[in-house]
Amino acid sequence: MKLFPIRGGIHPDYRKELSSERPIVPLPLPAKLFIPLQQHIGAPAEALVAPGAYVRKGQLLARGQGPVSAPQHAPASGTIEAITELPGTHPSGLPQPMIVLVPDGKDEAAPLPEPIANPFDAPPQAIRERVAQSGIVGLGGAAFPSAVKLGLGEQRPLDILLINGAECEPYLTCDDRVMREHADAIVDGARLMAHALGAPNVVIAVEANKPEAIHILNCTAAPFPNVRVTALPVQYPMGSERHLVQAVTGRETPARRLTADIGVVVHNVATARAVHLAVRSGLPLTHRVVTVSGGAVREPKNIEAPIGTPLAELVAFCGGLTIEPHRLVSGGPMMGQPLASLDVPLVKGTSGILALTTQETAEHAAGPCIRCGNCVSACPCGLVPVELAALIRKDHLDRAAALGVQDCLSCGSCAWACPSHIPLVQYFNYAKGRLNADALAQRKLEQTRTLAEARNLRLEKAAAAKRAAAAAREAAAVSANEEKVTP
Amino acid sequence: MSPISPERSGPFGHAPNSVSQTMIAVLLALVPATALDTWLFGWPAILLFAVTVGACLAVEAACLAVAGRPVMAGLADGSAALTGWLLAMSLPPWAPWWIGVVGAVFAIALAKHAFGGLGQNVFNPAMVARVALLVSFPVVMTAWVAPQPLSSPDSPDLSRSLAITFAGEHLDAITSATALGHVKTELTRGIPATESVTSLPPLRDMALGLRAGSLGETSALLILVGGLYLMARRIISWHIPAAVLGSLFLTGTLFHAIDPARFADGGFHLLSGASFLGAFFIATDYVTSPVSKSGQLVFGVGCGLLTWIIRTFAGYPEGMAFAILLMNALAPIIDQYTRPRIFGRRRDGQALPLEEKA
Amino acid sequence: MLIDIGSLTIMGAALGGLLGTAAHFLAVKEDPLEEELKSMLPGSQCGQCGFVGCAQAAAALARGEAPVTLCPPGGKAVAEALAKKLGVSADLSEHVEKGPEYAFIDEDLCIGCTRCLKECSVDAILGATKLMHTIITDACHGCGKCAQVCPTDAIVMLPVSPTLATWHWPKPQSASAH
Repeated sequence: MKLFPIRGGIHPDYRKELSSERPIVPLPLPAKLFIPLQQHIGAPAEALVAPGAYVRKGQLLARGQGPVSAPQHAPASGTIEAITELPGTHPSGLPQPMIVLVPDGKDEAAPLPEPIANPFDAPPQAIRERVAQSGIVGLGGAAFPSAVKLGLGEQRPLDILLINGAECEPYLTCDDRVMREHADAIVDGARLMAHALGAPNVVIAVEANKPEAIHILNCTAAPFPNVRVTALPVQYPMGSERHLVQAVTGRETPARRLTADIGVVVHNVATARAVHLAVRSGLPLTHRVVTVSGGAVREPKNIEAPIGTPLAELVAFCGGLTIEPHRLVSGGPMMGQPLASLDVPLVKGTSGILALTTQETAEHAAGPCIRCGNCVSACPCGLVPVELAALIRKDHLDRAAALGVQDCLSCGSCAWACPSHIPLVQYFNYAKGRLNADALAQRKLEQTRTLAEARNLRLEKAAAAKRAAAAAREAAAVSANEEKVTP
Repeated sequence: MSPISPERSGPFGHAPNSVSQTMIAVLLALVPATALDTWLFGWPAILLFAVTVGACLAVEAACLAVAGRPVMAGLADGSAALTGWLLAMSLPPWAPWWIGVVGAVFAIALAKHAFGGLGQNVFNPAMVARVALLVSFPVVMTAWVAPQPLSSPDSPDLSRSLAITFAGEHLDAITSATALGHVKTELTRGIPATESVTSLPPLRDMALGLRAGSLGETSALLILVGGLYLMARRIISWHIPAAVLGSLFLTGTLFHAIDPARFADGGFHLLSGASFLGAFFIATDYVTSPVSKSGQLVFGVGCGLLTWIIRTFAGYPEGMAFAILLMNALAPIIDQYTRPRIFGRRRDGQALPLEEKA
Repeated sequence: MLIDIGSLTIMGAALGGLLGTAAHFLAVKEDPLEEELKSMLPGSQCGQCGFVGCAQAAAALARGEAPVTLCPPGGKAVAEALAKKLGVSADLSEHVEKGPEYAFIDEDLCIGCTRCLKECSVDAILGATKLMHTIITDACHGCGKCAQVCPTDAIVMLPVSPTLATWHWPKPQSASAH
């Protein structure tokens, strides 16, 4: 199959061998689960259970609110201890509302929805509803509610469902293991999603550094003529949605548009498996496979763990840490988020937990820019990081926006390649955050103005009404007087 | 700000590179040519080389100290050593010691630190120094000697070399002309380039370095080896050297074909003068060249054309330094016009149009 | 000589008269800058700047008699926008320290006097006489006028804390000096 080149990118040290040959192992049930109400992009879920309540495995704990949201389910049976705010799996460490569940170890199952009997004869809507009900979100890391993405075929003609098995981030091997061990579930899930989308073709794209996964998928997909498996060149960030679409189809997604606008929808391999489980067995998304790796971890593993597991328990399950790690990261080393501690829960979007040593992070104090142009060559988006960073340093955010800082993926290629170790990505994240905050402030200002104007109008009206009433009273009084006088 | 917020965002990994590693690689690439040339020009060249590099390091240290920046870290990045090295390679090998010292002040203090230090200078420091010296001290800066290898009996011994470098011993007797200078002088006397070239050493010797000139002007071949090494290590890309040499060669060849009596041919332009040193080591200076590949091509072609124009029509026989400085001044504006196209957008920054039928 | 002086005098007088007339008839009625500045202010007439309303504040800004940091509810964003419009550099450090605020009513202390209701220029307070009041946090723009009139000090101004939606990465600290 013909592939198309993508711009820029880098070839980092992948270090996947730390965990790639470790089969997926289930985690013994933790003592407590902390299930955040917001684990996805969109509105947070609304808790449906109260402290003290007994819940069963798979029971709905919180329902989605609004068009873009996702529900949460109980990964185990047990008692709700509290619904409280605790630090979340986020670099800010800000407290987020969470449901604290104490499992009783009985794994008593709640009644699950019936499997959809003949899903390919069912209306696409039925599959989308099941996916929405099951709380499935993008498991590649973005955690966008999958049902919303499966509805993209309604307004647009789609021709390809692209299943993303690139896993281009170093260290991470959870997708690789899922592809090797659950290829049939992935292929079935992909076909179900294609049916929901109305897309005639399925392409499963895997980076060529996972030959076993490609082989197994090829064998599994062989009976289905509309499912193809393609090996991608190993190049970071091949797994970026837009770049993956370009590499596979040659189509370039216009800025501020969706890949669906050019006929392609992308879902992660683990999401495909979750869809398979939801449709065929009625299972909600309560567990995920996560890679625990890094030089500071005694025994890196791929673990299937309940959502809400404290990360410290996952690391302990891997034999703990051998040395004090330099950085703790949730996700991959390139785009993952730093963690202040391991006392935060595993969420649906967590693909990896990394404890990295000083040698691995290779951090260094930033030096002056020597304008080498490495960042320009590395940027897969065609930006000029050196120029953007210089503008942002002086807080010329509007000029940085004009040069496309909001088109930045934060893939980290530029910062990785910078010989002066300038934290380019942080400059861009800062600029994007500030621009966003400014837009919010502007909206608030406009709202205030509208409210103030409405109030002034109301006061004026009230005053006018008062004047009119007074005038009427006076007129009445005058006419009454006149009446008195006339007779 | 939240107190437990980790202070740094990703990525949490880095390419095995750094500024000092880059500079050291460039220095390594210069070693073969430098070794040959110091052997060809003997002790005076070695002394001048040491004085120039030492002076650059000293001036760098002084500037950093005055600016209140860490001195050792600044010296360790290797940029001052590289500037000194390149400057030394562009001087007449038997020039007196003070040329190296004055050059170091021009290069490091004026061309680099006055602009804000590493990464901030508009012009290549070594070339600023060379041009400033050439304009200020034309006689000393054009006193070239023919190669007298260390092994030859004519090569001055250490004590005489010390006298040449530090006591200003006269060189009149051995002054020779560079190839470019020779052709230019002969042209002004009405002797066509075709004839004057024949009285020069053959191109093969020029390529190997057996001719008069500065350290870096001679031995084009070893400079080329160093340049290829840098490309192999991906320190530099092919864009600037290919554009400089290609445009210089093509222009030279074209005009030579039109009027062989007036214009030297392309091969001569490539192998004489500092073409290779300029193309591989000076024009590719990160700080003073454009950052995008297309910009680098424009920059390189500009350098090549200007070099040819200056060599052919202007008063100075060697135009590489001037050409690079002129293009340095244009680098920021080239950068502005050669930004890559943003993913999903047209060149003018508008989003790509959606095709009607995907 | 006399002719020269005379002709120059006449020319001067004629041109001067022309300019004067033009200035009179073509005068810009309202200062456009003032209008623009007014449109940048919240328009809630809260009066925290010391002027009667936003229009007066805009006029003072246009005359250069008021600092760009005059508007507390507008916060840093408005101050920056004003500074940019007026081409002045403003010291915004104070604004960084004192972020946006919102009013909060301690329901145990509220006596339902409705005084705050009358003050709120964005109708963000719900309540009626003798009934407990509450504040619609989303609509509140933190002017603090309600807190000033509350007879029982039931209203406190609280800082708006960052949420996941508003948090963003800080600018890199190590930003090398140049």
